[in-house]
Amino acid sequence: MRAIGYTRATDVHSAVEAVTSDPGSSFLAGGTTEVDLLRLDVLRPHRLVDINRLPLTGIEERADGGLLIGALARMSEVAEDPAVVERFPMLSQALLLGASAQLRHMASMGGNLMQRVRCAYYRDPESACNKRVPGSGCSALEGVHRGHAILGTSEHCIATHPSDLAVALVALDAVVHVEGMDGARSIPVDDFFLLPGDTPEREHPLTPGELITAIEVPALPMARRSLYLKVRDRESYEFALASAAAALALEDGVIREVRLALGGVATKPWRARRAEDVLMGERAGDAAFTRAATAELAPATTRPMNAFKAELARRTLVRALRTVATTGGGTA
Amino acid sequence: MADKGAPIPVTQPAILETRGPGSVKVDLDVNGVSRVVHLEPRVSLLDALREQMALTGSKKGCDQGTCGACTVWVDGRRVLSCLTLAISCEGREVTTIEGLAEGDELHPMQRAFLEHDAFQCGYCTPGQIMSAVALLNEGHAGTDGEIAEWMSGNICRCAAYPLIRSAIREVRDRKTGQ
Repeated sequence: MRAIGYTRATDVHSAVEAVTSDPGSSFLAGGTTEVDLLRLDVLRPHRLVDINRLPLTGIEERADGGLLIGALARMSEVAEDPAVVERFPMLSQALLLGASAQLRHMASMGGNLMQRVRCAYYRDPESACNKRVPGSGCSALEGVHRGHAILGTSEHCIATHPSDLAVALVALDAVVHVEGMDGARSIPVDDFFLLPGDTPEREHPLTPGELITAIEVPALPMARRSLYLKVRDRESYEFALASAAAALALEDGVIREVRLALGGVATKPWRARRAEDVLMGERAGDAAFTRAATAELAPATTRPMNAFKAELARRTLVRALRTVATTGGGTA
Repeated sequence: MADKGAPIPVTQPAILETRGPGSVKVDLDVNGVSRVVHLEPRVSLLDALREQMALTGSKKGCDQGTCGACTVWVDGRRVLSCLTLAISCEGREVTTIEGLAEGDELHPMQRAFLEHDAFQCGYCTPGQIMSAVALLNEGHAGTDGEIAEWMSGNICRCAAYPLIRSAIREVRDRKTGQ
């Protein structure tokens, strides 16, 4: 690992100022991705500004049923928070199905949104990677890409977005609160993640030095019946091959409202709007669920090693919908 | 209150001190003992424990947050010391496997691992035990399935998992008086 300077921030403003005024520096939160990538020589800041002591750890219950979650609340704390479990079970499930108990104690909510892709070519400084070195090419296109994305890809990058949490958040229309030298602003979470397009190195609409301060989850009564279903190569401590976040509001068996998102198959946490559009007003059942899943995966671009993901994602989406419709969620 | 000279500009951000990248003095609390070490900010908690404090119980397996052999507690929570910077632990309480026994009296989980032969090569064992004790405190050891899920961050290449679960069950049941 390269040598680094270390600064401990005591308040949000000075942390933001420190990183803004020194482009070679980065924020340090839980460090579970960042320290790993420092050691691999993928990230090369000359200074870390440690934000772990900033007062951004609270989980505030809004009277209307929403939540304001501090950016430095840890994944484990949010997963077990009674209001999260009761109001947004898919959020708690997504957190608990991610990483391991140790990593969930370390990783922060804001850091989770900022985590980097797990593409082996991104993590290897010897390989061509447009995300790491713009214009250098993409080794995954003709390389080992079994885990790579089939939705939202470009000819420059097919890395899968790795977060489970973010999939639940895009289904819930969460809002990311950030603060920079020009003040605070709010970004809808779906806009917080950029498609790779021609600029895969640009992952978020943040200016240098802007810091996530909180994640707002707006009230959504239907989310009390919701589910995060994750399919992977092993039962625990593994990234998703396909995952689905689903919430349904039924009236006499007819779908009045639906929220769907996919993980493990796309270059960003994937709000499944095509599927939602198919389902609105339809009678809940496998026929409609299958039509919706087929519509969502229609634009998929597969490659030899990840072609199985289109069918896997369809089945994952159908099973998530069926489970929520019949049991209301809980554990799948 | 008396006005002593110029008012403190409260909206002005604090001037933050930068330490390193060379060696700096770091104060750590490890197993209840205050220690002063000199290390570069890039040094992991795991390397600081092993190389500077001769606490070699915490093991370096993958050094990338995958295997759990380096599991310690920071402020009572199990974390991975390989992905934690030592300097970031100032003011925190660090507990390692060396801090688990009461003098010569092994922690019940350490005894249970011995009694159940819950290891083969033993390399992952300190991390398994630190994780297992934390698991019981976290309250997620109700069933074998739950134990397996909440211990999944500790890999055992000898596959001693069934006996690790036996040891955890025994300490769990003794605790709850079953």
